[in-house]
Parts: sequence; C-alpha cells; structure tokens
Amino acid sequence: MRRAILLACICTLAALPLLNMLPTDNPLHVSDFIITIVGKWLCYAILALSIDLAWGYAGILSLGHGAFFALGGYAIGMHLMRLIGPRGVYGHPILPDFMVFLGYTELPWFWWGFQSFPFAMAMALAVPGLLAFVVGYLAFRSRITGVYLSILTQALTYALMLAFFRNDMGFGGNNGFTDFKELLGFSLNTSSARMGLFYASLLALVVALALCANIVGSKLGRVLVAVRDGESRARFLGYDTLQHKLFIFVLSAMLAGLAGALYVPQVGIINPGEFSPGNSIEAVVWVAFGGRGTLVGAILGAFSVNALKTWLTSVAPDLWLFVLGAIFVAVTLLLPRGLIGLLEGRRK
Amino acid sequence: MNSLYLDGVTVMFDGFRALNNLSLIIEPGELRAIIGPNGAGKTTMMDVITGKTKPTTGTVKFGNHDLTRMDEPRIAMLGIGRKFQKPTVFDALTVFENLELALKSPRGPLACWRWRLAGTARQKIQATLDEIGLPDRAQDLAGLLSHGQRQWLEIGMLLMQEPELLLVDEPVAGMTDQETEHTAALLKRIAGTRSVVVVEHDLEFVRALGRRVTVLHEGSTLSEGSIDHVQNDPRVIEVYLGR
Ligand SMILES: Nc1ncnc2c1ncn2[C@@H]1O[C@H](COP(=O)(O)OP(=O)(O)OP(=O)(O)O)[C@@H](O)[C@H]1O
Ligand SMILES: [Mg+2]
Repeated sequence: MRRAILLACICTLAALPLLNMLPTDNPLHVSDFIITIVGKWLCYAILALSIDLAWGYAGILSLGHGAFFALGGYAIGMHLMRLIGPRGVYGHPILPDFMVFLGYTELPWFWWGFQSFPFAMAMALAVPGLLAFVVGYLAFRSRITGVYLSILTQALTYALMLAFFRNDMGFGGNNGFTDFKELLGFSLNTSSARMGLFYASLLALVVALALCANIVGSKLGRVLVAVRDGESRARFLGYDTLQHKLFIFVLSAMLAGLAGALYVPQVGIINPGEFSPGNSIEAVVWVAFGGRGTLVGAILGAFSVNALKTWLTSVAPDLWLFVLGAIFVAVTLLLPRGLIGLLEGRRK
Repeated sequence: MNSLYLDGVTVMFDGFRALNNLSLIIEPGELRAIIGPNGAGKTTMMDVITGKTKPTTGTVKFGNHDLTRMDEPRIAMLGIGRKFQKPTVFDALTVFENLELALKSPRGPLACWRWRLAGTARQKIQATLDEIGLPDRAQDLAGLLSHGQRQWLEIGMLLMQEPELLLVDEPVAGMTDQETEHTAALLKRIAGTRSVVVVEHDLEFVRALGRRVTVLHEGSTLSEGSIDHVQNDPRVIEVYLGR
C-alpha cells in the first residue's frame, strides 16, 4: 500500500519536467513556476527525511537541522561564487565581488579548493557531518537529551546565523551569495539546468529514502528505537548508545547538508537568514504533520505543509506563522501519528 | 559454572547498616528464594552482587572473581544478569525483536546495520521463546503483552545473554494467580543450567518453587532451609510471618 502510493508519487514527480516541455496552451502543461517550486520541495523533503531519521527513530529532536542545511548550501554557494570568475561586477578573475568590495587581496584559505565541484559537494556533506559529530559527541557524552538537546541545537543555529552575518567571516555577510552564473557548464537560468537540478533532487530524495529505509529496517533501526524508548535499558543490554546516536546524528546532518546543496542552485541565493531558528522549527513541524517515525510521512509533510505555505503566503501572508503554530498544536493534540496515521486509519 | 559466595558483607548508609555481616552461598545451578520484610536488605544485596553498591566490608566472590573490585558492565559480562522490579521491554518492538536485541552479537552501529539473522541465532531465539512460553506471540508488539507476559519476556531477554547467575527481584508482584504459577514453573525450568536467585514477598509463590529459602532480616540471615522449616522457625514467626 505505502509502496504503491510512493511509486505513483515518484512517477508523477518524474513526469513534471516532461509536462513542462509541452506547449503552453496544452491543458497538461506545467508552468516553470511549478517546476521551480516543486524542485525546492524535493530538497525540503530530504531535510524532513533527515530529521525523521534522528527524531522519529532515535528520539533526537534537533531544532537546529536548518544549520546543517544552510552549511550544505553555503558549501555549494562557494563553488558557484568561484565559478562566476571575471564575470562579476568588479571583474576580478578569482575574488568574488564581496571580497573585492571588502578590500581582500587574496582568497582566504578556507575558500581554497571550492573551484572544484566534487570538492564542494564533499564539503557540503563533510562540514555538517563534522559539526554534528562534535556537537553530538559533547551532548550525548554528557547525557544531554530531550528538551535540553533541542535548546542546544536551536542555540547552535542561532549562533551560526549571527556569525555568518558578520562581514569579516568571509562568507559575504548579510548579503550572502547570489548572482550565480553556471553549474557544471550549464547556465543556471536555462530550463535544461532547472530540469537537471529537479531530477538531481528527485534522485537524491529517492536514494536518501532508500538509505533511510534500509537503516530503519535493519537491526540498527531497532537499536535506535530501543535508544529512543529506553536508553538506559539499551545500555544495560550492552549497546554503547553514544555510538549509535552519534552515527545517526552525523548521517542525518549530512543528509540535511545534501538537501541544502541541491537547494541553493535552484533558488539562486544563500544568506545567513537560512540559519534562522524558525526554519529549523518549521522543518520539524513538517515531520510532525506528516507523521514521524515513518520516513514517508516526513516527505508527505514537507510537501503538504509547503504547498499550504505557498498558497497562503500568496493570499494572506501575515497569517502563515499563526497557521504553522495551529498545525503544530493540532497535530500534537489530534494527530499523534500525523497524516500517515490518518491515511492508514487505525490499523497498526 | 561458578558459585556465588558472600561472606561478612556489611553495607553502611550514613551509619545505618542496610546489610549487616551477611553470608550466603549459592551453588552452581541452584534456585534460591530470598524473603524478608520491607527494608530487610534484599535489593541492597542484589546491588552488591551486581556492583551497583560497593560493600563497606566483606567478601563477594563469583568463582574466583572478586566482585567488589569490578564495575557493573564487567560483572554483567561475567554472566550475572539482573531483572529489575519494573519490566523494561521495548513496547514498539515485537517479542522476537526484543529477544534479538538481547542476543549476544556485535553491538556497534555498523555491525548492527550489517547484521543478518542467521540460522543459529534464530534457533536460540526460538528456544528462548519456548522456554518463556511465548512462542505464538513472537510477532506481536511487546506493548500488547499482559503484565505477566512482559515479565517473562524480560526474563527471556536476560536468558539471551546466556547468564550463569540470574537475579530476579519480585517477579510476581501484580501477577494473576495463574501467571504466578507459570512464573514458578518458568524459574524452575531455567535453573539447573544456570543459578537463579529470586527475591519475593509472595509466600505461595515461594512454596510453589519448593526450593531452599533464605530469610533476611535487618541485613543478615535470620533463617535458612525449606519453606516449611523457615515458616516454623520461631524467630521468623516473630519478625516476619507472625505480624
Ligand atoms: N542508597 C541508599 N541510601 C540510604 N539508605 C538506603 C539506600 N538504599 C537502601 N537504603 C536503606 O537500606 C534498607 C534496605 O533496603 P532494601 O531496598 O535493600 O530493602 P528490601 O529488602 O529490598 O525492601 P523491599 O522489600 O521494600 O524491597 C532500607 O531501610 C533502605 O531505606
Ligand atoms: Mg526491594
């Protein structure tokens, strides 16, 4: 049942860019707007999946996953900035515009290597992974769990936001990166680039889902559930729960970084606002709404809440935050198993 | 198999003797019941054996191993398993999966990810399912079990770790009469190939076990012998049964 719905969804999504190529007067034509926005949602769905893996299975409620997403975005953003080359306003062959503006004379060391796409992609995974390792190790070792961990991760993303706002960090300050020109030889403003990024995101989502499903279906998945429901008992059974939590937290952060790396070329901008604490909370709401601990529910939640948001921000933009809050309260009180629970009825 | 040997064990809590010069020997394969009024020191005795509490003075040995010098995980590795009063099975997992988690196997995250259930492991789990009397509940979520069945599953999870000595604290509290009977049969079945020490208040249950009984009082042994012997011991009647 779940599998059939999933397959139908993937086929529909895969067909969208093809329908986009139909002539505009064809009733089945899908607009560029839809392609761009669904492309974004695909990235959000990967982020939601990463949160569900940590929260739904291992009970690690991170309210800072937006930070991992943003770091992945910044890594690919640095690559896109390097690719602009002499086409910038100042025409400097190597330095991005903001560096010339701020009086840099040479590229800071942490920008080295980002002219290479594989390096930038590797960093989009490695930097969030490393940060998650350090934060996770310190937190889990001190047995920081539950709401304290949530606050800690929320503080983490807030601190990163403040840091990235600073011009002297070397990441473009509050303007961030934008005006990207190309990626892998494709001009970013063409429909073929849009289509390529759409399919790359869809593929990444499918692979990420398969990976998560594999983990969750293995004995590791059952150990995670044990850690979630009774960590001290799991420890008593001989599991070094620190290792399991760290493993899943790092993997989850890397998935979030991947999502961010796919997102930024599609939206054409990355700035410190991406670290804002609200983003992380919103992503958790997607998962709660879709149904946590189900993987598919997280994806469903990311799509449905964002569809609602897109519609609502066009008709009544001021209402969005209230609606988001209302969704969260409603899910907590009425739908503990989320949309998935509703769709699948009472059976379990 | 090793025997358990406590000699002259005293545990002081702020000047109060929770255990007072306690001596006890559990032979390999023995099933022993420990009874005693509230605060007699039964749980403290188990804490001392499992390394949770260090004795102020005295000897605690398991075979040649000096348990007073070992920490909890190492004592568990030696083959001393403990069932706490509160059952802590994982409700969101099936009975089978609960046992699988407890099975001796590599514990690291990558090893768990790669782990595949082989024939021998499956047989071990099946054997334990039979031993605890839950073979037809294998695929049910543990959350659906009755209170008594959860206690048996918990004992099963301890058995999966192949202990030499099993400590069981008040297993039948809150059980129906029929469940209590089953539990007595279960403990008799699993003793022999390992030693079992049961702490219990329920005298009917202790009688159903039909083995040697130790009565604790104020941290030391008051009486020891068959259930009829201790029930007729005037000192026991005075402090415990006669009340
Ligand atoms: N950590 C501790 N600090 C101080 N006193 C303690 C501690 N643990 C136990 N005690 C005391 O030691 C005495 C023995 O307690 P213990 O829990 O071993 O009794 P018990 O025989 O298991 O009783 P019950 O039948 O109520 O379970 C009690 O008076 C208790 O209050
Ligand atoms: Mg007790």
